[in-house]
Amino acid sequence: MKHIHLSDRYQNGASRIHRLEPRVKVIVTLLFIISNVILPDGAWIGFALSFGLVTLVCALANIGVFFALKRSFVALPFALVAVTVVFTTPGQPLAGWQIGSSALIATDTGVVRFFSILARSWLSVQMAIVLTAVTPIPDLLHALRHLRVPPLLVAVIGLMVRYLTILSDEALRLMRARDARSVGSGGSLLWRAQVTGNMVGQLFLRSYDRSERVYQAMLARGFDGRFLTANPHQMRAHDWWALAGTVVALALIHVAGMAL
Amino acid sequence: MLLRDLDIALAPSPGAEPPALLIEDLHFAYPDGRVALRGATLSVARGEKVALVGPNGAGKSTLLLHLNGILRGKGHIAIGGVPVNERNLPQVRARVGLVFQNPDDQLFSPTVFEDVAFGPLHMGLSADDVRARVERALALVGMQAYRDRQPYRLSMGEKKRIAIATVLAMDPDILAFDEPSAGLDPRARRGLIDLLRNLPLTMLVSTHDMLMVRELFDRMIIMDEGRIVADGNTAMLLADQALLEAHGLEAP
Ligand SMILES: Nc1ncnc2c1ncn2[C@@H]1O[C@H](COP(=O)(O)OP(=O)(O)OP(=O)(O)O)[C@@H](O)[C@H]1O
Ligand SMILES: [Mg+2]
Repeated sequence: MKHIHLSDRYQNGASRIHRLEPRVKVIVTLLFIISNVILPDGAWIGFALSFGLVTLVCALANIGVFFALKRSFVALPFALVAVTVVFTTPGQPLAGWQIGSSALIATDTGVVRFFSILARSWLSVQMAIVLTAVTPIPDLLHALRHLRVPPLLVAVIGLMVRYLTILSDEALRLMRARDARSVGSGGSLLWRAQVTGNMVGQLFLRSYDRSERVYQAMLARGFDGRFLTANPHQMRAHDWWALAGTVVALALIHVAGMAL
Repeated sequence: MLLRDLDIALAPSPGAEPPALLIEDLHFAYPDGRVALRGATLSVARGEKVALVGPNGAGKSTLLLHLNGILRGKGHIAIGGVPVNERNLPQVRARVGLVFQNPDDQLFSPTVFEDVAFGPLHMGLSADDVRARVERALALVGMQAYRDRQPYRLSMGEKKRIAIATVLAMDPDILAFDEPSAGLDPRARRGLIDLLRNLPLTMLVSTHDMLMVRELFDRMIIMDEGRIVADGNTAMLLADQALLEAHGLEAP
């Protein structure tokens, strides 16, 4: 079994993208998401260009051109919830199904809207994935503080990230212990269900204890609710250029999306 | 408790500096009712290096966790004359470097660098000072090459050494180590012993490594069942076969 650790999201590197000021990275991501949201339904050229932009950022960051695409599929099921718009948007009927006494009618505008929503969320998730891949978590939290996100909220996010790591660690250990002691595929379904039930309880208790001790360790080293980083946070020339470049690129995407 | 009276009572002569570490009649029970400390008393002078030994479950780790206020039992504790209480906690925590028995509890950052930098950053040092301290601390434990590694992917002994570095980076006055040599290979253990010998700090080190005790510590405290049952010269205590046997210990 492969163990994906939460902090594995960060892809160590020294590319131009990595070296950007974290605030710029956060703002660029937000701008990109907003831009996706306001692209009109069916602006396929705009969506395609936006995808090109994500790919370009991945390439510049040296994390693999399709890095974000490959990791973005986990988010797709959530976007599928939007499938109802296919039937609820008024427009030309394309196909219909009779289910009991009610009819489901798919409309052309509904289908366009559905795929547009899919494209928007998928693209946004990809940029967020890139953001966490090129920014260490403490820097990200620090940037949020600089961007006037309430300190309490930032502390909650920071602790959540830490504790999720602990949880996945403990889960891995428990599963190893179980696998080491079960021969072959292991007993009956009932037996396995029982073991799994016990493990969930154990997991809760163990991660609770451990998060308590980790918190103590943080206190012992002077933790006071702030997440600090030794990386300098200064806007330098190339940060401004990156910001300006993003704004121009997004504007072009919108012009292209509307005009074509 | 009347701290000033205590200090004067325990000080060798009036006006002398307070002990680096003072614990008076410390009692503690865990929330589940398990009594772990039953009236521990000890005093460590500045610069003294003391070994804390005793069987499993004697209460050594529990005692160490009291030194910077992580556990709060009944009794009196003072670090360099400063009583450990809510108000003094930041000051006490900057002075006492505590290395936990289990390094997994101590390391929580995505990279080794960030973990070692955590303490210095929260002391309010500048980024350059923090970097310098991290480099120095990693060099002391021979782990410079590991600065960008992920702590949770290291071996036990490597984690242990990083955990020690996280504390050394804070430049504490007192080191409280819980079984620092457990799980280290012979070379790392040797490195640790040399490091502890050369650090001019006050130390209270809990350990089962009796060879290290004999080699490094002039003074030894034996704990059992939450009490301090012996406190004295290491060579003399190690020669007392009956005492060692009574508390599940063995001379090296
Ligand atoms: N979190 C806890 N909750 C309840 N009881 C605990 C807890 N931690 C420790 N104890 C109990 O307190 C007693 C003292 O434990 P402690 O960890 O201080 O022993 P120790 O001397 O460090 O032992 P070892 O040599 O095994 O590390 C033990 O009986 C232990 O079972
Ligand atoms: Mg212990």
